[in-house]
Order: sequence, then C-alpha cells, then structure tokens
Amino acid sequence: MIKVKALRKTFGNIVAVDSVSFEVNKGDVLGFIGPNGAGKTTTMRMLSCLIRPDSGTAIVNGYDIDCNSLQVRQSLGYLPEQTPLYEEMTVFSFLKFIGEIKNVARREIEKEVMRVVEVCSLADVCYQTIETLSKGYKKRVGLAQALISDPPVLILDEPTDGLDPNQKRDVRAMIRSMAENKAIIVSTHILEELEPLCNRSVIICRGKIVCDLTPEAMKEQGSGDIGDFFEAITRGVT
Amino acid sequence: MSHGFKGVVKRELAYYFSTPLAYVILFIFLFSAAILTFKERFFQICQADLRLFFDSLPVLFIFIVPAIGMRLISEERKSGTIELLLSFPVTVRAVVLGKYIAAWLFLAVGLILSFPVVITVNYLGNPDNIVILVGYAGAFLLAGCYLSISIFSSAITKNQVISFILSVSICAIFAFADYPSVLNILRLFLPMGLIEAFENMSFINHYESMRRGVIELRDFVYYIFFISGWITAAGIVLNERMGSR
Repeated sequence: MIKVKALRKTFGNIVAVDSVSFEVNKGDVLGFIGPNGAGKTTTMRMLSCLIRPDSGTAIVNGYDIDCNSLQVRQSLGYLPEQTPLYEEMTVFSFLKFIGEIKNVARREIEKEVMRVVEVCSLADVCYQTIETLSKGYKKRVGLAQALISDPPVLILDEPTDGLDPNQKRDVRAMIRSMAENKAIIVSTHILEELEPLCNRSVIICRGKIVCDLTPEAMKEQGSGDIGDFFEAITRGVT
Repeated sequence: MSHGFKGVVKRELAYYFSTPLAYVILFIFLFSAAILTFKERFFQICQADLRLFFDSLPVLFIFIVPAIGMRLISEERKSGTIELLLSFPVTVRAVVLGKYIAAWLFLAVGLILSFPVVITVNYLGNPDNIVILVGYAGAFLLAGCYLSISIFSSAITKNQVISFILSVSICAIFAFADYPSVLNILRLFLPMGLIEAFENMSFINHYESMRRGVIELRDFVYYIFFISGWITAAGIVLNERMGSR
C-alpha cells in the first residue's frame, strides 16, 4: 500500500533523508524509529505531500506523491508530531470541519464524526473547546482527525508522545485494532512500544535506513533488549 | 472551485464570529467611522450625503483591514495548523482564496453594519441612495485591495505583529501613492516612467469615481488585477514556505 522508492531530501548542505526505500503492506504497523534528527519526520512529511522530495518518489494507495498529491492526501490520515489543532473550536465542530475538507458526503459527516468520537473515546469532551482539553485528550483529537473518512493509510508521528501510561496503552490498542485493514506507519522514540504495537520496525539513522526487521528479531539480536540492538546499530553508523 | 475552498471559508467565518478580537475591531471601525462622518463639518456643509463617511474609509482601512488580515496565514504557520490543513486534500490556492473570501465577507458585514449612518442622512435630508450604494460597492472593493495586501504580508511571516506593520506600510503607500510628498521621495531614486505608473496605482484615484457614484470599467479592471495579483503572490509565498509543494 505504501512503496517508498529512493526518497532523498536535503536542506542546504544537510542531507535529511538519503535514498530511503521501504514498503508497507495492508495489515502492517511499521515502527519508524531512529535518533533525533535521523529523518523520520522529514520522511513522513514527504509521504504526506507536505514537502517535495529532491529525488525519488513514493506510491501511496496506488498514487504517486509527486503527480497525484490530492489523491494521496485523500487516502491518508496524518498526525503531525506536535498535534496542531484549531484550539478555539469544539471537538465536534473541528472533526466536522475535517470531515468536510476530506470530502465526506454531507449527510454522512455527523455519523462519521460520532464514529471517530467513539473509537477515540472523546464522547465526554465532544462539545468542549479544544483549548480546554488535557494533552492526552488533544492527542486523541489529533488521532480522531486522522481517522475521519476511514483512510486506508495512516501516518502517525509519535502518537503516544506526552501521554500517561494508561493513555499510551489505550492508543496502542486503538492502533492495533485498526491495523487489519490499513497500512500504518508509526514513528516513536519509545522502543518498548515496538513489540506490542508493530509487526515490523525500520531504523533510520542520519537519513539512511540501517535496519528493517521485526521487533522480535531486533530483540533477539540485541540479546533480549531492543535498546541494546538500537544502540549498536545507530552508534555503529558512520 | 478548488478542493477544500468551501470548508476553509466556513471555518474562517466561524472563527471571526467566535472570537472577541473580531468584534472589537468591528466596534472600533464603526465607532471611528461614525465619529469621522458626523464631525462638526458634516453639519456645517448642510448636505445630507455620505461624502465624509466615504472620505474617511481609505484612512480607516489602513489600520482596520490589516488588523483583520494579519493573522490569516501567519497564525496558522506559527501554530503549525497549516501543516495539518495541507495534509488534507486541499490546494494552497483553496486555502489562500478561502481565507481571503471569508475575511472579505467579514469586512462586508462591517460595512453593512454602518447602515445607521445611511438611515441618519436619509432622516436628515434626501440623499441620492444610488450614489450611496455605488459608494458602498467602491468601499467594498477598496477593502478587498487592502485585504489582498494583508494576506500577502501574512504569508510572508509567522509573526502577526510584523505582518500587521508590513501590511499597514504597504497599504499606506498605495493609499497615498498620488500624494506629492510621496512622489517627491520616490523621484529621488525612481525613473519618471515608474513614478507615473506608481501614481496610477493609487487606490484613491480608482476609489474616487465610485465614491461619487460613477461606475467605470477601468476601475473594476484595476481592482480585479490588483487583488488577484497580491493573492497569487500570497499563494506563491505560502507554497515556497511550505517546501515547494
């Protein structure tokens, strides 16, 4: 469902992403991990058509990110890293707006909003303005907007960042429950959540993919600790 | 129409009517317009028309319109919501145009709310209401010109204060472009041909005829080119800022 072919992006002299290639199929939850500044967010932003690659391309749900940007964006749900939201809106009006802009049929919008409200457990705060919500709820609103129109591809940039342990568990369970019918990319710094969340993990370091394995295989190669494996791989790269 | 245009217009309009800032600006506009219209001179000239009201608008708009337009794009860039917005199936053109149209409609509401001024002059005498109507149309187009500059300034910077100052400055230049003092400064470093062209770009020249109730095609052409030029520039800048999407 996602085919990334030799994506490259530079900012001035800095090579942020260097010939990155990988594939994500339906049913996959791909953990995208790497040190800070490794190129995770840049890759995700290119896949979401927010920035244009210098070279290479990617096919998302059958559409090329370069030539079919609108169709690509219609096919995906994207959660940016900082979860930017229109804080003055209520959760309901915000999600309704997203439904409109994602071309959900007018008569279906409210039903779709209530569906994601239920999936993301937002019923209690549905008519509250977003600025009054806790960080955990804001994250869930961010996830809810990504789920509107039930896109076949989800790109989630650190979806559990800043959440408490219970909220993290809830979000992981939510992502896992949706995995069957979607291709999902999740970037994270938390190595412990790879096993319960992802069936594959890609490690990116200094713009290059240095490892593409299952979390179990990483654990095995790290003598029972994914952290050891991650350290060996990322510090060994020159 | 471009993808997402309607959604952007609706959200922006809802924003204006849900925040106190917009109401404050609206109040300042209406209050200032009333003061400037019914100042002493209005009663001295003993003429029931809206000349003083329409005369005050080009100067009032220099501050009011940038205050409405300064946040249009800069706020979204600063908060990061522009990234969210452009991750949806919308075009940059729809975003810029949608925001512009919503703000323009809001300014239209401001102009409509000045109706007590019209009622007052009708109570005091027998003004030519067609001239007033054409004057309002001219004021609406004039506001559109100022707003197009404001949205461009807003696309340039994430800082709303800088956006406001930049917008006020550019609007003032175009509002006073035919003033001898402005032209004298420009003569120091611009060739004569450019100065004449600049003089013709003044808002006031084109506003003047509509203010008097005269509709001329060349004024409409001027407004359309002026507005679309600045909006296109805003779109190009936003595209550039978002990494050449």
